[in-house]
Amino acid sequence: MTEGTFIKVGMADLNIAEGGAVLKTTGLGSCVGLTLYDPHLKLGGMAHIMLPSSDIAREGQLNIAKYADTAVPELLKLMKNKGAVNSRLVAKMAGGAQMFAFMGGTDTMRIGPRNVEATKLALDHFAIPLVSEDTGGNYGRTVELDSQTGIFSIRSVQFGVKEI
Amino acid sequence: MNLFRNNADFKLDVLREVGNIGAGNAATALSTLLNKTVDMAVPTVNLLPFEAISERVGGSEAVVVAIFLRVEGDAPGNMFFIINREPARRILQGLLGFNAAENDDYSELELSALNEIGNILAGSYLSSLADFTGLRMSPTVPSLAVDMAGAILSYGLLQFGTMGDDALLIDTTFLEGHQEAEGHFFLIPDPESFEKLFRALGVPF
Repeated sequence: MTEGTFIKVGMADLNIAEGGAVLKTTGLGSCVGLTLYDPHLKLGGMAHIMLPSSDIAREGQLNIAKYADTAVPELLKLMKNKGAVNSRLVAKMAGGAQMFAFMGGTDTMRIGPRNVEATKLALDHFAIPLVSEDTGGNYGRTVELDSQTGIFSIRSVQFGVKEI
Repeated sequence: MNLFRNNADFKLDVLREVGNIGAGNAATALSTLLNKTVDMAVPTVNLLPFEAISERVGGSEAVVVAIFLRVEGDAPGNMFFIINREPARRILQGLLGFNAAENDDYSELELSALNEIGNILAGSYLSSLADFTGLRMSPTVPSLAVDMAGAILSYGLLQFGTMGDDALLIDTTFLEGHQEAEGHFFLIPDPESFEKLFRALGVPF
C-alpha cells in the first residue's frame, strides 16, 4: 500500500488503506460510500453499503459489508486493529441517491435515503462525527478517499469532480 | 446461493427460452418502430456477482441510457432496457428524423421518446411472457436515467441483495446489422418468482 495505489472497494465490500493509497468505489446509486479517517495515522477505511439493516437479511452467510448496521462496526474494528482511535476518527459519505422517480414510491424505491439514515444512525452509535456528506439527488457517484490527506472526492456525470 | 433445488441446467435452459420469447417480441417491436432489421443474440442466463452485472454494459462507471421498470403481478422482478449513448443517438435519429444531442444533454422530447421506446419494448417482452406462462405480469410506468451503469443497475439487485451477493440475470443483446450490442434487455426476476415461473411452465421445482 503505497502512494498512488488504488484499492478498489466493490459493491457490498469494505477495505482500509494507509501510506497514501487511495480507496475507490465506483457507480454508487442508492448505495452509500462511507469513509472513516484517522488523520494522525493517515489511515482510511471505506465501505460500499447496499442496504440499511441486516434485519432484512435472508442469506446464509451474512455479508457484513453490505448492511449499514454491520458495516460500520466492522470497518471500525479493522481500523482499530491498525491502531486507530475512536476519538480521532472522522466520517464522510456520499451516495444514497434516488436514481428513478416513481409515483407513490414504495420502500424499495426509497432505499437511498434509508441507507443514508441508517448509516448516520450507526455512526451516532459509535460517536463518530460525520464531518461532510454529499448524499441524495438522482445521480450516480464514484468516490475516492486519499489516505494521505483524508480528502474525499466525488465524481458524477452531471457535476464533474468535487472534494469534501 | 441455491436458487434451484435440482435440475439446474435444465432450468437455466428454460429461463433462456423465457428470454428468447420475451426479447424476440421486443426485437420485433423495435424493428417495426425503426423500420429496419433488429437481430438479437441468444440470451445468456447466469447467476452473477453484483459487480459482474455492470461489466455486461461496459463497467460500473460507463454512462448508459437505461429504462427501468418493475414487473408486477404473479412473478415480480426488475427489467432494464440499456443502450449506450451512440446507439441511443442512432435510434433517436431514426425515430425522430433529426440529429439528436451529441452529448448528455437530451431534450425533453428525446428523453420522452426514449422512455416510450422502453415502454413499448418492455410491454411486448412482458405480454409475450405472460401469454407463454399464463402468469399475470404487468410493467410499472418506466423511468429513465442517463448515468453510470453501476448506479443504475444496483436498483435491480436489491431483492437479491438480502439473499447473497449474486443475482440471476437473463440478458439478451440486440444487434443492428453487424454492429455489436445495440442494446441489452435485462430481466432480473425476484428470487421468489422462480418457483412460480417454473411451476407455470410445468417444470417440477
